[in-house]
Amino acid sequence: MENLVQIALQNVNLAAIMPSLVLVCFGMGLLLINVFLPRGTTRPAVWISLVGIVVTAVVTVQGWGNPQYGFSDAVALDNFATFFNVTFLLAAALTILMSDDYLRREGYAVNEYYPLILFTTAGAMWMASGTDMMTIFLGLEVMSISLYVLAGFFRGQSASNEAGLKYFLLGAFSTGFLLYGMALIYGVTGSTRLTEIGAYLNSHSSLLANPMTLAGLVLLSIGFLFKLGAAPFHMWTPDVYQGAPTPVTAFMSAGPKAAAFAAFLRTLEYCFFGLKPEWSAMLWVLAVLTMTVGNVIAISQTNIKRMLAYSSISHAGYALVGLVAANEIGYSGVLFYMLAYTFMNIGAFAVLILVGKQGEENLTLEGFAGLGYKRPLLGVAMSVFLFALMGLPPTAGFAGKFYIFAGAVKAGYIWLAIIGVLNSAVSLYYYLRVMVYMYFRDPTEDYAWISLPVSVLATIILAVIGCLYLGILPNEVMAMAKTAIF
Amino acid sequence: MLDSYLPIITLIVVALGFATGSIIFSRLVGQKKPSEVKLAPYECGMPPVGSARERFSVKFYIIAMLFIVFDIEVVFMYPWAVMFKRLGMFGFVEMGVFILILLVGYVYVWKKGALEWE
Amino acid sequence: MYDKLWLIPFFPLVGSIINGLFGKRFIRNEAAIGAIGTGAVFLSFLVSCSCFFTLLNDPVKVHQQVVASWMTVGQLQVDWGFLLDPLSALMIMVVTGVGSLIHLYSIGYMHGEEGFYRFFCYLNLFVCAMLMLVLGNNALVMFIGWEGVGLCSYLLIGYYFEKKSAGDAAKKAFVVNRVGDFGFLVGLFTIFWTLGSQHGVWTLNFVEISENAHLLGFGGTVVTVATLCFFLGATGKSAQIPLYTWLPDAMEGPTPVSALIHAATMVTAGVYMIGRMNVLFAMSPTTMTVVALIGAFTAIVAASIGFAQNDIKRVLAYSTVSQLGFMFMAMGVGAFTAGIFHLMTHAFFKACLFLGSGSVIHAMHHALHHAHLDDDPQDMRNMGGLKKYMPITWATFGISCIAIAGIPPLAGFFSKDEILWWTFGSTRGNLLVWGIGAITAGMTAFYMFRCFFMTFHGEQRTHKKAKDHVHESPWVITVPLMVLAFLAVVGGFVGVPAALGGHNQIHHYFEPVFGHAQEVYKIGIKEALEHSHAAEYGLMGLSIAIAVIGIGIAFTMYLKRPELPGRFTARFSQLHRWVYNKWFVDEAYDVLFVNSTKKFATFCWKGFDVKVVDGVVNGTGKLVNVLSTALRYTQSGLLHNYALTMVLGTVVMVAIFLLQ
Repeated sequence: MENLVQIALQNVNLAAIMPSLVLVCFGMGLLLINVFLPRGTTRPAVWISLVGIVVTAVVTVQGWGNPQYGFSDAVALDNFATFFNVTFLLAAALTILMSDDYLRREGYAVNEYYPLILFTTAGAMWMASGTDMMTIFLGLEVMSISLYVLAGFFRGQSASNEAGLKYFLLGAFSTGFLLYGMALIYGVTGSTRLTEIGAYLNSHSSLLANPMTLAGLVLLSIGFLFKLGAAPFHMWTPDVYQGAPTPVTAFMSAGPKAAAFAAFLRTLEYCFFGLKPEWSAMLWVLAVLTMTVGNVIAISQTNIKRMLAYSSISHAGYALVGLVAANEIGYSGVLFYMLAYTFMNIGAFAVLILVGKQGEENLTLEGFAGLGYKRPLLGVAMSVFLFALMGLPPTAGFAGKFYIFAGAVKAGYIWLAIIGVLNSAVSLYYYLRVMVYMYFRDPTEDYAWISLPVSVLATIILAVIGCLYLGILPNEVMAMAKTAIF
Repeated sequence: MLDSYLPIITLIVVALGFATGSIIFSRLVGQKKPSEVKLAPYECGMPPVGSARERFSVKFYIIAMLFIVFDIEVVFMYPWAVMFKRLGMFGFVEMGVFILILLVGYVYVWKKGALEWE
Repeated sequence: MYDKLWLIPFFPLVGSIINGLFGKRFIRNEAAIGAIGTGAVFLSFLVSCSCFFTLLNDPVKVHQQVVASWMTVGQLQVDWGFLLDPLSALMIMVVTGVGSLIHLYSIGYMHGEEGFYRFFCYLNLFVCAMLMLVLGNNALVMFIGWEGVGLCSYLLIGYYFEKKSAGDAAKKAFVVNRVGDFGFLVGLFTIFWTLGSQHGVWTLNFVEISENAHLLGFGGTVVTVATLCFFLGATGKSAQIPLYTWLPDAMEGPTPVSALIHAATMVTAGVYMIGRMNVLFAMSPTTMTVVALIGAFTAIVAASIGFAQNDIKRVLAYSTVSQLGFMFMAMGVGAFTAGIFHLMTHAFFKACLFLGSGSVIHAMHHALHHAHLDDDPQDMRNMGGLKKYMPITWATFGISCIAIAGIPPLAGFFSKDEILWWTFGSTRGNLLVWGIGAITAGMTAFYMFRCFFMTFHGEQRTHKKAKDHVHESPWVITVPLMVLAFLAVVGGFVGVPAALGGHNQIHHYFEPVFGHAQEVYKIGIKEALEHSHAAEYGLMGLSIAIAVIGIGIAFTMYLKRPELPGRFTARFSQLHRWVYNKWFVDEAYDVLFVNSTKKFATFCWKGFDVKVVDGVVNGTGKLVNVLSTALRYTQSGLLHNYALTMVLGTVVMVAIFLLQ
């Protein structure tokens, strides 16, 4: 007994969880401060949460090239986790910047919003640095529960309520699959630690064909696939993304999705490298299905928010291609793509927030008619984001897709790359339609209601810079992504 | 080996004996004036017959949830208390942090007015 | 000097950004906006000049400048790099030179338009993209330019976005171009993948691709398929059959746009691309034949359609398609130099023609506007006799018409004759192509002069009220016209063939680019003909004769004939019937020529254009839409359906895994 305690104590390494620790402290402090502020005073919360994110970012960056392991290898703050942590923090910061004015406009200037974003981010960080199934599960739940609340944050609006409830119920359902998968794997290998599972399966190769292992792998995957919105587990995304408050949608489709990719990637690579052909084949089919379903349905959408929701399904599909490739370029491509997608997606949603009137009345295509001429800056910014989403050079989307498809080609999945490129071509249709409305339709409105607050402007400018920087000089970030994978 | 279960068996026997004993005793010595309300299965709470789809005040849920949260914390404290000496200073600080987190929640709940019924 | 290459696309980019961001709110002044836009391109022109002349005197002909590394994937290294060789040097001279003139012209032409700043912003952005396209040292940089020019073309065609036709034309251009772009990408991918996986050369750099192209094997399937795909890309950008249909519609854009993008530069990108990849094309005789035949066929079909048009800009548009066909003919028979030579001369005279037509339209528009008439200012039936009002425009337009008709010693003669000579005498030549080319040359002379006579000569058909308001355009418009007309006169002298006592300098100039492929794959004038000047003289004489006949017919029909009926009617009543019916020549023409041409033209336009091309494009769209709507119904919004889908997905996945 004495030894056990000693071992446990030796293995505590707070440095390994320092970023999320700092973030959670800020979140709790914020929660506490908020209740002493008068109702409707949200500025301090915005500032404190931003400061929290910056401090966390500083702490996070310390971990680059200086991996920390702790809690008996249940947590690893390696380059991989750090890269993803930066992505999450960026997503959170951009989201917070664009939220305040939106929440005021919609009449929900409630302070709890900001701690919830911080908690979600902390959960995502645990997922990225979890090297034990229990840590990953813990992170997933912290992240998801906060997100359920955020999705239903507009509690007076039935659409938002519906989004929250649907996300919660289906999320709980998928968690069931995930846990069942974990239980089966634990049953086979007798461990929840990813590296130990991998080593055990490797040394007992007969177990690789064991139905229990395979079923465990499938169920585990389904839990993650649900979170990243891959077909056929994508059904929740359109309803939830459309119903949730717009900044939350932007955040959800960037940060938490990246977290799911992080955990999924680590699990596959640490535990199931022996089953690579099997899960590659499975993900091949799912990637094609996901890209196609997302794109094809997005075509017939006239509500831009919903269109972006479907398109986010297809983007998950592109990123899955990187997992299928399962090589250096593919994996680092996924890391790169999630970072790039954070910029372009949140940027597009930020423009959406400005154009949509109170109550989000103005999110149809017609609502963008002539925007490019009436508000040239917004028009240019939106064009950059749409270009990035389409995957045209010289934007981040192009570089991201280039790496991912190059990875697939290198791994010999030429057809997958071709299908991916074809899908990108299909996606041009509905992204371009927005541009057609922005530039080739007579303005029906004078867009006088659009005020451009500094914070939202900052979001948009940062996102544009991100999109262009990653598109024009992606090499440096890509080199970092390469050192981040295992 | 079975010796170690002796206290438990004793406890069970005493508990059963006390329960049945008191029911029998009250039957024997108590007065009986039955009325409709008294004969209903539960004297307080919900009427047992009727639609199950009734709306409860959300306050019930809040209280219930808060109860669970603050009740569960004790579960962590038992094993901690048992190992307290061996965990030493570190354990003390850890539990302090844990209590602090709960305290944040408690202050939040209190200031939000979730503990007030009206 | 070569380290300044990046400045060439950089200046227009800066100009575009300045005008785009500050033009509306802060600068406002048209002169300042115009000066920034024109100045930016002119600065590029100066840098281009110094690069060009440095290269001319430099024994080393291929220079690359890497500005920054772009992407690294495994052994593949893609840079933000520029390539200066004789081919790109000539292209940047044409783009920035003609571009500066057209920018200058635009200051006058776009005067008073609402989105003046927007126009210059797009136009500068276009020049930047075009320069990236021609200067890129690898396929990806080229592709950025390729997409960029497409985008700017789209924005500029739809410049008058309040007009529905303009928006539709812009969309059509974009959609048709996407088909071509797809071909380009597939071709690129094929080459990249084959070179990489089978020969271990992972590269997108043009110089390296050319050096390693021989690994693919002469006439091999891979190289044929890839070059055909590239050619599909070229047909989209350069408006060749079957993807030419967008170009005439693109005339919805302002005239300077038509001159710069849809005549001088962007549409020649396809020709440039073949020139850039000449080694690959030389390796596939099949593709070369296809290129030559498609070029020839496009040339004649477009020329025939040009007969039937009354809109001055549409005539020029079909003429552009036809001339581009000539360039592809040249590329297809291995006359790479002649093709690029014609690209250059065509840029001069066609830009001049477009700008001249713009000057006319400008004048007509103001006159009609002044007289409160809504006649179409672009319809040649409303013009005629404009010579006395617009002498400079008349002169420059006339010079360019002579140049395009191929009358010596103007520029068009030398380049066109070089092309015809190669179609006839090259080892990859083809008598059919030569025949079509020669006939088309005659047709070109005819319809260009028809256009010239209808616009500037003969009876003045402009409404009386508007007549006196027609004026010559201001100097910002006429100066570019004069410069371009001058170039259309002298531009051909760099390529005077040996048979005429020249040195064919342009041939030597391009030797470092095309010489290798022509030597290795034995492309050149057949030995029997190589030293026989007689054959060359004969062909020259023939092509001059054809051009003269074309002009003559136009002259008779559109200048002479209108006066004839009046005199004849009075004197010979019997003969009158014949004369009234113009000796029934018109009827004969109608039956033999005009009607069938009209029908053919109508068929080409209505049948092919509308039904086949649009049908395919729209059909695909419809199919996807139907599929999309059907799939949308799966998204019922019902939670239990969603859960059921998840369960079904799980069951299927588990089953597949366990049963395999």
